[in-house]
Amino acid sequence: MLAVNFLLLAAALFAIGVYGVIARRNAVMVLMSIELILNAVSLNLVAFSLMTGAIDGQVFALYVIAIAAAEVGVGLAMVLMIYRNRRTIALDELSEMKG
Amino acid sequence: MNAVIVATDHVNVAQNVGFGIIAAAMIFAALNVVTTKNVVHAALWLVVVLGGVAAQYILAAAEFVAISQVLVYIGAVMVLFLFGIMLTRAQIGKEAGLNNTGWALGIPVGLALFGLLAWVILDAFGDDLLPDRGPAPTVALSDQFLGIYLIPFLAISFVLLAAAIGAIVLARKD
Repeated sequence: MLAVNFLLLAAALFAIGVYGVIARRNAVMVLMSIELILNAVSLNLVAFSLMTGAIDGQVFALYVIAIAAAEVGVGLAMVLMIYRNRRTIALDELSEMKG
Repeated sequence: MNAVIVATDHVNVAQNVGFGIIAAAMIFAALNVVTTKNVVHAALWLVVVLGGVAAQYILAAAEFVAISQVLVYIGAVMVLFLFGIMLTRAQIGKEAGLNNTGWALGIPVGLALFGLLAWVILDAFGDDLLPDRGPAPTVALSDQFLGIYLIPFLAISFVLLAAAIGAIVLARKD
């Protein structure tokens, strides 16, 4: 099996995730797109681990999974807090800090 | 793309067919995640993508990572997402205004990014073959975690604890 199969699939997932981050207005949908990006990166790490025979890539993939879990927990808590204060989670309406 | 399509001598056909089917399903589901008009459907399509990633890990002989992916992402993160959608009172059914006004800008950015990445990947790893290794032993993984990666392992425990406490502090009602 060719290494580029995994790498191209991960590149496609990454590009789709970046499109989602740019295009979406709903904060929960942006968090979902970030999950796509993180998964693309872990897929790359595991593919490189298989390619080189070193197991460090899988260790890093597990770290990425743990960080993603923490990120989603804090991110959704922040979204809930914003929703409670503002009654909306549309990202373009949160512009008080704009200079 | 020639390197992908032209079969070489050492290609495991069953593995490639399985990879292709799962990859097509994953790309289709990922496109649905970022284009659907229904927030709950987006979360459910995301389950397909995450399950596909777990299946690819198994094809890449990383069974422990695959199981962790299923437990953490499909088991825990998706439930968090569904709770988040529920508590922010998403509409049942189609919803307008999920996209920014400048959403079309994302299409050229995504395409340019994919083109650049694909060019670099094909240039660097154009015809590298993945060796046929057996599944990576979980013992080796735990030796790494409790050996040279012990300090990062402890650090990530603190990160998870801090994230859990921070999420409670942020989300509770005073």
